Amino acid sequence: MSDSRNFVLGVYDDEDVLLSAVRKIREAGVKIDEVYSPFPVHGLDDELGYKKSRLPIAAFMFGALGTTLALTMQIWMLGVDWPMIIGGKNHIAAPDFVPVTFELTVLLAAFGMVFTFLLVSDLKPWKDPKMLDLRITDDKHVMAIDLGKNKDKADGLEGLLKDSGAIEVNDKEVED
Amino acid sequence: MQVEASVRKPLITGGKTVHDVTEDICRQVEGKPTKLWKMAFTAAVGLFIIGFMAVAMTLWEGIGMWGLNKTVGWAWDITNFVWWVGIGHAGTLISAVLLLFRQKWRMAINRASEAMTIFAVICAAMFPVLHMGRPWLGAYWALPLPNTFGSLWVNFNSPLLWDVFAISTYFSVSLVFWYLGLVPDFATIRDRATGMRRKIYGALSLGWNGAAKTWSRYESVSLILAGLATPLVLSVHTIVSFDFATSVIPGWHTTIFPPYFVAGAIFSGFAMVLTLMIVTRAVFKLQDYITIEHIELMNIVIIVTGSIVGIAYITEFFISWYSGVEAEQYAFYNRMQGPYWWAYWSMMTCNVISPQLFWFKKIRTSIAATFILSIIVNIGMWFERFVIIVTSLHRDYLPSSWAMFSPTIYDMGVYLFTFGLFFTAFFLFAKFFPVINMAEVKSIVKSSSEKKPA
Repeated sequence: MSDSRNFVLGVYDDEDVLLSAVRKIREAGVKIDEVYSPFPVHGLDDELGYKKSRLPIAAFMFGALGTTLALTMQIWMLGVDWPMIIGGKNHIAAPDFVPVTFELTVLLAAFGMVFTFLLVSDLKPWKDPKMLDLRITDDKHVMAIDLGKNKDKADGLEGLLKDSGAIEVNDKEVED
Repeated sequence: MQVEASVRKPLITGGKTVHDVTEDICRQVEGKPTKLWKMAFTAAVGLFIIGFMAVAMTLWEGIGMWGLNKTVGWAWDITNFVWWVGIGHAGTLISAVLLLFRQKWRMAINRASEAMTIFAVICAAMFPVLHMGRPWLGAYWALPLPNTFGSLWVNFNSPLLWDVFAISTYFSVSLVFWYLGLVPDFATIRDRATGMRRKIYGALSLGWNGAAKTWSRYESVSLILAGLATPLVLSVHTIVSFDFATSVIPGWHTTIFPPYFVAGAIFSGFAMVLTLMIVTRAVFKLQDYITIEHIELMNIVIIVTGSIVGIAYITEFFISWYSGVEAEQYAFYNRMQGPYWWAYWSMMTCNVISPQLFWFKKIRTSIAATFILSIIVNIGMWFERFVIIVTSLHRDYLPSSWAMFSPTIYDMGVYLFTFGLFFTAFFLFAKFFPVINMAEVKSIVKSSSEKKPA
């Protein structure tokens, strides 16, 4: 199967122009496939209508798992499996379990969240990034519009992008 | 749109554009190693090899090669451990705590200081591992693993075990934080390269393409990681201080230890960042990114934390007298007037008096003065740990077992080994990785860069 998609790429060199361009182009009824940037542009996700990431929820759940595992491990090892009197304290000396519980909570929350992020964003060492323009990782913001999804708007698109402040408008065919 | 108040000094000088940032930072990654770099790297590897002989002798012959004795069972090893862990505090503090406080000056220095953190923690870990004597069995003593001793588990009541968890969590979370920050920058290098370099940086960049959706998730991950790493930074040295504070040795058994250790760690960490950054910015010509403004701000952190450390010393001293406990009083009298008085007064001079010089604007904006003082601070912080550990141990409750400690050549060799390890790793990092976080710096070019004179 050799599907290919045709993109119109609007190239911008200023993040504030880009933000207003995204607004104008979406108001004109054009569907933007994605915007690529060399650095995080604040407010771009709102302009594109992206929902807030749910990764913090994942972090919380992994953290809760870490707390549970740490407490279960310590209580079971020192309280159930091999109870010993250490320094005259209770077998389950709760305050002593705080540091390890805290550390494992943080460890699982951090690792769980980062791996979830890599998974949902499909980031992996052998992935071909399929860069639409090599200047994206340097200094240009690129707005990609899929022609297949905007058949009725195709004619005026170049003018619309130029008017919104794009310094260049390019065509690009991408093999899927 | 990001707007900076006009009273703020620019964080990037020289009228840089976004493209200039890419060029300036990628230059040293893409160029051939310079003669200076090769010389410095060779020296570091040489130190590593010389030091490794001391490590090998320690492993072959045993801990008896060190100067420890029955009374002073902890000396240079734990001193060096706490010293390196302390240095390892600045990196994650800069990238996590300053991110939460929205301090944009962190952006030029966070990458290198996080690298410093990671290498410093590796160096620190060498000491407890070597002190095990037979480190290949260490996993059974340090980790809760099933074993053939009848499932006798590790002791979760012991601060030494808390330390194992604290240091390894700190190390791995810092490593992840650092790597995640590197991913977009690896993509920049990948897209400029061809051939082998493109393959390697391509794999390292995890297929990053700069999509807005990914950036949006990336930003929320960074924020949460910063939120998790902030209490983590504070917990690490708190738990290191528990190693001492939960014992009943005079001079150790105090509740002031956690905040006092954390302040000291930030103090020494920032000093080490300054030492390294002053050299890095000169060698790689990064004066437009790491400006005098950055150096001044770090020096202000040094005054604040240095003063907290100074107050802690005085408080400790006052409390030992006020407590009325004779052993405590003697421990502090012995620090000042005993056979190790020179260590105590070196510590006081380097840590309490010298940072106060930064109150003068001329001194805190002078590169030479900052460089010298940053080294003095770390000498002082080494003496602080030596004073706490050795002077408390060498004369405790039983005068008949009082003793002195003197290091052997193997104590010194193992310490040199960690220096070799640290600088070898740091020089490799400085050559092959972007030393400044390009993506973050690019995001403030518009708001915080000095405007080109028209």
